[in-house]
Amino acid sequence: MAQPAVAAPDLTARFPDLVTPDTRKGYSGYIVKPEGLLEFARALRDEYGYDYLSSLTGVDYLPEGQMEVVYHAYKITGGPPLVFKVQVPREDPVVPSVTSIWPGANFQEREAWDLLGIRFEGHPNLKRILLWEGFWGHPLRKDWREPYYEGEHKPFKNRTAGPHFWHEDHTPFGKNVDYPPGFDPYAWDPETADEVLYQSVIQRTRKPRQEELHSEQVVVNLGPQHPSTHGVFRMIATLDGETVVALEPVMGYLHRNHEKIGERNTWIMNIPYTDRLDYITAMSNNFGYVLAVEKLMGLEPPERAQYLRVIMAELTRVMNHLWAIGFLLNDLGAFFTPALYALEERELILDVFEAASGSRMMNNYMRFGGVVRDIPEDAWDMLVKLVTDRLPRKIDELDRFLTHNELVRSRCMGVGVLTPEQAIAFSTAGPVLRASGVPYDVRRAEPYGIYDRFDFDVAVRYHGDVYDRYLIRLDEARQSLRILQQAIRDIPERGAPLLAGKPQYQVRVPAGEAYGRVEGPKGELGFYVVSTGKTNPWRYHVRAPSFINLTALEAMSIGNKVADLVIILGSIDIVLGEVDR
Amino acid sequence: MKRPNGDELQKPGYEIPDELKGSVVVTTLNRLYNWGRRNSVWPMMFGLACCAIEMIATAASRYDLARFGMEVMRPSPRQSDVMIVSGTVTKRMAPLIVRLYNQMPMPKYVIAMGACASGGGPFKEGYNVVSGVDKLIPVDVYIPGCPPTPEALLFGLMKLQQKIEKQSFKEVYTKPDYIPEPVLGPDLMDPRDYPKIREYTQKKLQELQEQAAQAAQG
Repeated sequence: MAQPAVAAPDLTARFPDLVTPDTRKGYSGYIVKPEGLLEFARALRDEYGYDYLSSLTGVDYLPEGQMEVVYHAYKITGGPPLVFKVQVPREDPVVPSVTSIWPGANFQEREAWDLLGIRFEGHPNLKRILLWEGFWGHPLRKDWREPYYEGEHKPFKNRTAGPHFWHEDHTPFGKNVDYPPGFDPYAWDPETADEVLYQSVIQRTRKPRQEELHSEQVVVNLGPQHPSTHGVFRMIATLDGETVVALEPVMGYLHRNHEKIGERNTWIMNIPYTDRLDYITAMSNNFGYVLAVEKLMGLEPPERAQYLRVIMAELTRVMNHLWAIGFLLNDLGAFFTPALYALEERELILDVFEAASGSRMMNNYMRFGGVVRDIPEDAWDMLVKLVTDRLPRKIDELDRFLTHNELVRSRCMGVGVLTPEQAIAFSTAGPVLRASGVPYDVRRAEPYGIYDRFDFDVAVRYHGDVYDRYLIRLDEARQSLRILQQAIRDIPERGAPLLAGKPQYQVRVPAGEAYGRVEGPKGELGFYVVSTGKTNPWRYHVRAPSFINLTALEAMSIGNKVADLVIILGSIDIVLGEVDR
Repeated sequence: MKRPNGDELQKPGYEIPDELKGSVVVTTLNRLYNWGRRNSVWPMMFGLACCAIEMIATAASRYDLARFGMEVMRPSPRQSDVMIVSGTVTKRMAPLIVRLYNQMPMPKYVIAMGACASGGGPFKEGYNVVSGVDKLIPVDVYIPGCPPTPEALLFGLMKLQQKIEKQSFKEVYTKPDYIPEPVLGPDLMDPRDYPKIREYTQKKLQELQEQAAQAAQG
């Protein structure tokens, strides 16, 4: 059931000196003066009920000489967002940190500092997050250029007209590197850069030595090459005996400059890049991005395309949750046998994807205003059998094998507990949030596409431990199958149009901003795009659920044994492509 | 000494007499040894990005890497024979990849799986991306694709087996080349490039100073 649209509170009347409405064409929300940000944010959370900060990001408006920080706050009971912005001069951008109000802003503010150079005053641990200490410059600034810089907009001339060249020939080192003028490599001490990281972790986490017991805390480094970290993820944990007393995730080992490349691409070129964000759930990422751009373009996809999108997104969810369960069991020590069961079903779903889109993993299936092509008829039959017969059986099978398994229960129950208050405060999303007893699902809270037509329950569990995060994935996979069965029943006949308007290579996107979000399998996946009416986005930001869910990792881990760290991380179900982007 | 080519190593060099055919097998030690070596290539359990998912799918039941004796994924580089670089090599990860490579025992092999590991792929222009793992370490087999399908990975591994078969086992256990680990400075730095880097940055500084001087005069 859709929430009734609540009129946004009149904040300009409440804060006449601090808040002005954003009147730029295509923009919405409020502009808040930096000095009043904390007062404003506190009132939003405590008086108006906007307790969930979904996204925080910066935009570099180079022509205006301004940096802007954009906040999207939601009510956890559902409804549209409240967008507000803070504008500061570009030379020395300083904004008060909102981590004291919404702790979920922690990593997002660090990211904005790292990539845009916006300083957040009052942030407890403001250092680089995706790049390393000592990196030269803040790459997402519009005047920062990478060594392989070729032009502001794609398609680059040399790709079509020539002269063709290798990027390597254009830099003196034949590599993708550049150094500041006057830099002396011999004077550079690599130890210090690494030491900055360790020292900040140690100082933040280490407690005074307990004299009477003569015990000392140990700092343990896990990763980035570690079989349990689901990719190249690193954790620095401070241990007291075997108990974790503090933990800091270190990331950026797969930072592939998604946003910088995305701002140079044309709008449509970004669709295949979104596949590579969370590479297990490509279809769902496509969905989020096209939704955001469709909001700007004012496009409405035709009926059959809407159904196909829902079918693909829900199949992705089933696939992802099977994968997540399989690899959670891997982390528990049941090495690869449960994962093999899960992967077997995944292959069958991938077959459907391959038939529809031409690729197993990187589907590149959705377009602005529809989908690119129909599912072939034989693949449709496969899909129907899969959804109505095989997958429900197989999910029941996993349930039967695992749920009451003594080892699973004793390892998972009561481990890595996240309370509902913490879950909301840390802006966690998806299964992590819902396993903590908060029934927040974007498909219900702010329905997109045609999700308001389907009959399904928002899965929720109340203990907030690893076991509930496992159970909720089974629940959600079952609900997805319910949606799929309805979608298969109701989808319009084959032959109906799949794309609103003509297929075009260069789309026209009116100037303005848009925030599109979908309930991805990992949680709320949001895309914040700013258009200036040109062929490529001015700003393209991804609100990555895996990244923001990691904010809660420390709170989940403290007090648990070091051996359980691995399954706590596994229960969040991160994908590094999305964490680091 | 003339180095024998791969085919010569496979042939014993003389014929079996007719009366002994069927009861005696004559082969070369090299062939026997490489037969064992190529059928027990242990990959390092090391996934970087999207391609790692296809690597896992290859190891799973449908494609079944175990048919080639490669299912024993080792979490430690010291126990592994081949490093499948499955995904984008970022500058931040580069020193660690070189360190892992240095820790592998001889004979060691590297497979660049997918477009990113082979040459940077779709992310090549990115400021944090190394355009191909062969900028850092020597590569034996390149597998194209984004990501390569499991079939493609299997084909690449079979190519590696063919390569192993042609090698002389006397020559593969050499002392490994130590590759200096790149250093993370303002950008990724190869210690071997330090003189070049200094020259470049000094020149850049000079140019800036000249420009400033000209601006002051004009």
